[in-house]
Amino acid sequence: MEENHVAKAVKALIIGGSAGSLQVLFNLLPLLKSNLPFAIIIVLHRRHSADSSLSDLLSTKTMSPTREVEDKDVIRAGHIYLAPADYHLLIEKQESFSLDYSEKINFSRPSIDVTFESAAEVYGPSLVALLLSGANEDGTKGLSQVKKAGGTTIVQNPDTAQMPYMPHYAMMHTVIDHILDVPQMSHYINNLR
Amino acid sequence: MIEDEDVELLLTDLLDIYGYDFTSYSKASLKRRIVRLVSIDKFPSFAEFRYKVRTDESYLKRFVEEITVNVTEMFRDPSFYKSLRDDILPVLGTKPFIRIWHAGCSTGEEVFSMAILLKEAGLLRKSLLYATDLNPSVLEKVRKGIFPLQQMKQYSESYIESGGLKDFSEYYTANYGQAKFNKELSEKIIISTHNLVSDSSFNEFDLILCRNVLIYFDKDLQDRVLKLFDASLGTLGYLALGTKETLKFSVIQNKFKQLNREKIWKKIM
Ligand SMILES: C[S@@+](CC[C@H](N)C(=O)[O-])C[C@H]1O[C@@H](n2cnc3c(N)ncnc32)[C@H](O)[C@@H]1O
Repeated sequence: MEENHVAKAVKALIIGGSAGSLQVLFNLLPLLKSNLPFAIIIVLHRRHSADSSLSDLLSTKTMSPTREVEDKDVIRAGHIYLAPADYHLLIEKQESFSLDYSEKINFSRPSIDVTFESAAEVYGPSLVALLLSGANEDGTKGLSQVKKAGGTTIVQNPDTAQMPYMPHYAMMHTVIDHILDVPQMSHYINNLR
Repeated sequence: MIEDEDVELLLTDLLDIYGYDFTSYSKASLKRRIVRLVSIDKFPSFAEFRYKVRTDESYLKRFVEEITVNVTEMFRDPSFYKSLRDDILPVLGTKPFIRIWHAGCSTGEEVFSMAILLKEAGLLRKSLLYATDLNPSVLEKVRKGIFPLQQMKQYSESYIESGGLKDFSEYYTANYGQAKFNKELSEKIIISTHNLVSDSSFNEFDLILCRNVLIYFDKDLQDRVLKLFDASLGTLGYLALGTKETLKFSVIQNKFKQLNREKIWKKIM
């Protein structure tokens, strides 16, 4: 494993997931410390117009303040943010969110690629991007950009994923720093600085 | 790779040469749109792209069309439309005359949805819907009132979810894969270009809808545009925004009160 303390201080962890990811989050979030010194931003594929009750549901799994993003929300360390259904989630230089209602990418809105790419530009080496279970190719292009900008790339170990295609596709097409199962993820994230 | 400085130069060109002011747009999405356009139009470098925009007025038209995001739907967020039906239209109905402004209406799906609500509330005859956008090409589509037939199934479902009781297909005539909406609806729609950045208030309205437009603006521009809406609303008028947009923390928040869970505010002073 890379030594975390030689890397630049982490400012954001972005978790992208599709089919089979919700259960991973339900298992992972309770294992994470609250007050982590960076923001956690979750981009999940979900069904159109899906209820905003998902953020309520996720917030029952963690002590950290958790909310669905509204346009121009400021990004704060220690908070967990969820991309709203049916918008792409972008990150501005001044570390706030912008929403975008443009065409779907990889049949998805929000698209994981869009958020990974936008975050890579803003955070560079201070970004960690984690891609979970799923049945499509979203996220891989974004991970390449994260890597190119000096950030850290992680995928869920496909053997432990309900839908291995998405993390596996990423491993085949870009450089992945770590391949982790849920307990390893929590250990890794809790020790990020 | 396009640098932020490149984008700034381009935006300055657009303002100096054509008077189009995109300088206060949200940078992240604007840059994404520019990168996308440079790529689909296959410019070998950003310098060549910038030259084309500077010198070719017909390309400027394409630029504006592609940089702005025109995605829209009929009866998007059915619960929002349901609240218009149940909470807003009964109040507006007490007025002798109803003026509604759709700012940033894109191709008009939202405007026709509104016209249908008014029709069903028996208010269409005394209403006028002003449909404005900065992009003249989308307004051409509003004028025609023709939308792809393949969308109608989904629109019909959203219409029913919004409380609609009719057969949705009564509102259009299907022809060659297109749905042409009834003249009775389009007659009440007044179409005009209007740039929220540079144009001023042009009437007083009872209801202004500006949904999924402010997300493309930075905070300062959002405040300027919200002031414009405030100035364009009569007393006790309503302002409706997109589901993820808010008046919270804006300059006009104290003059408005949110009605319910939907993004609809009433002007209280
Ligand atoms: C995503 S569409 C929203 C359409 C519709 N209101 C909805 O919510 O479905 C955004 C629209 O805002 C328009 N727009 C962007 N900047 C504008 C400006 N400065 N003035 C007026 N309209 C603008 C775009 O041309 C586009 O049609």
